Amino acid sequence: MVADAMSALQRRYGKTHRKDRWWVEPLLSGGGLAAFLLYSTVAVVVGPNWSYEVGPYLSPMFEPLIRPDWLPRWFSPGFLILWAPAGFRTTCYYYRRTYYRSYFLSPPACAVAEPAATYSGESKFPLILQNVHRYFMYVALVFNVLLWVGAVKSYWMPGEGLGIGVGSIVMTLNAFFLMMYSLGCHSLRHWVAGGLNSFSRTPIRRLRRKAWEIFTIANEKHRMWAWTSMIFVGLTDLYIRLVANGVITDIHTWKSF
Amino acid sequence: MPTANLKVWRGDDSGDYQNYQVEYGHGEVVLDVIHKLQATQAGDLAVRWNCKAGKCGSCSAEINGHPRLQCMTRMEIFEEGEEIVIAPLKTYKLIRDLVTDVSVNFEKAKTIPFVDLEKPAPGDVRRMAQMDIDRVQEFHKCIECFICMDVCHVIRDHPDNMDKFVGPRYFVQLAMVAMHPLDQHPKREMVAYGFGLEYCNITKCCTEVCPEGIHITDNAIIPLKERRVDELYDPLRMIGRALFGKK
Ligand code: SF4
Ligand code: SF4
Ligand code: FES
Ligand code: FES
Repeated sequence: MVADAMSALQRRYGKTHRKDRWWVEPLLSGGGLAAFLLYSTVAVVVGPNWSYEVGPYLSPMFEPLIRPDWLPRWFSPGFLILWAPAGFRTTCYYYRRTYYRSYFLSPPACAVAEPAATYSGESKFPLILQNVHRYFMYVALVFNVLLWVGAVKSYWMPGEGLGIGVGSIVMTLNAFFLMMYSLGCHSLRHWVAGGLNSFSRTPIRRLRRKAWEIFTIANEKHRMWAWTSMIFVGLTDLYIRLVANGVITDIHTWKSF
Repeated sequence: MPTANLKVWRGDDSGDYQNYQVEYGHGEVVLDVIHKLQATQAGDLAVRWNCKAGKCGSCSAEINGHPRLQCMTRMEIFEEGEEIVIAPLKTYKLIRDLVTDVSVNFEKAKTIPFVDLEKPAPGDVRRMAQMDIDRVQEFHKCIECFICMDVCHVIRDHPDNMDKFVGPRYFVQLAMVAMHPLDQHPKREMVAYGFGLEYCNITKCCTEVCPEGIHITDNAIIPLKERRVDELYDPLRMIGRALFGKK
C-alpha cells in the first residue's frame, strides 16, 4: 500500500528534475567502453593477418603468446587468453557500475528514474555470477607478472642484446598502468586485509594492513586506473601493429628491425 | 537584493508545485530562503529542520532534482532568476509540502544487530588499537539525513524492494558493527541474508550524494559484499570449511 502511494507520487513528480546534463557521463563512458570493445574484438579476430609482434615487442592483447603447432592459422591465439582480462574487467566493481548505468540504465544517472519495471540487482542468475570476480583477480595477478616480463624482454633484442625503443617504453607504461588498476581491485583489498576486523593482533596482520593501506591508495583512484589501463592497452596494441606492419617506424637503438 | 524564482511542492500526494518570488541576501542558503518564504508569503509551508549547520540531517529535500541538504545548498550556485525546483524526498511517503515520513528507516534500524563485544581478559578492560578503529570511525560520521536512501534506485524506483533491502544508510551501520575490532558475531550472520546486499548494484549514487562524504560504496557496501562472497560463493573457502571446520 505504501508502495502504491509512493510510486503514484513518483509518477506525478516525473522522471527527474535534474537540469544539468546528467546524460553526458553515461553517454561518454558507454561510448568509450563500446569503442574499446569494438577495437579489441577486431584486434584479436584479425590477429593472424595483421602482425602483432615485431623485434622484441609483442602486443599486450597476445601476452602470453600461446601458439601451439596444431592451432589453425586463421585462429587467433588472442582467443586463448582473452577470457582472462575480459572476465576481470567485466566483473570489476567499477566496470559494473559503468555498464549498469550506461547500458542497463539501472539507473542512467542519480535521481533519474530507471525504465525497467522490476529489479533484482545481483541476486539472481546471470548477475549473481559477478561474485566470481576474485577468481579473475587471481588470474589477473599472474597476467600482471607476465606483462612485466614482456615489458622487460622488450629491452632485449634477440641476437643484438640490450637496447631501448619507444615500443619498450610504451610496453613498460602499459604494464605499470595495468598494475595500478589491479592493485586497486576491491577483491584484492578485501583479500589482503579487508576481511579482518582487527589489524593489530599479530605482526602478520600489521603487515597485511600496511599492504591494505597501499592498495587503498590505488583503490581510491580505481576508476582513473581502469580507464588509463584500458585505453593504453589499445594504444600499445595499435602502436606495435603499426610498427610491425611498416606503417610507422619505431625509434630504437637496435639495427636489425 | 537578488530574487529567487522558486517552484515549491505544496500539499500532500494530490498537491502540486507553486511558484514564488523571494528576495535573498549574500551568503544565504536554500533553507534561509524557504524560511523567508514561510515568514512572508506561505505561513503554512511545512519544512523540517533543526541545526542549519548540516549536522542534524533534518532538512533533506530535492533541489533541482538533486537530493541534498537545504541548509548546505548556497544560493550562489544558482544563476540569478533561474527556476529552482524544491521537492520533498521522493522515496518516502509524503506528509505535506517538504516533509516526508521517514519512519520506515527506524524500522530498518531495528534489524541491524548491536555490536557483541568480546569479554576483556580477566582483571583487564576492553582495549582497541587506534589502527583498528580508524576504519569504522568513518561510519560514525553519518547524520541520518537519509539522502542516500532517497537516491538509491533499488527502493526509489522499485518500492517493492523496501522490505528486502536495508539500504545504504544501514549498510553503513552494518559495516560499523561487522568491522568493529571487538565484535564477535559470526561473519556469516552479518552479511549472508536478510539485509539485501545482493540488491545493490554498486552504481554509487549514495556515495555521490552523502553530505558527510562517507565512502558508502567503497568502504561499507563492497567490503560487505566481499565478505558475503567469502561466506556464500567462494568454492575454495567452502572446501576449507568442509575440511577444517567452521572458520
Ligand atoms: S550503490 Fe547500491 S546502495 Fe548505493 S545507491 Fe547505488 S544501488 Fe543503492
Ligand atoms: S550515510 Fe551519508 S547520506 Fe546516508 S544518511 Fe548518513 S550522512 Fe546521510
Ligand atoms: S574491483 Fe575493479 S578490478 Fe577488482
Ligand atoms: S537543518 Fe540540520 S542538516 Fe540542515
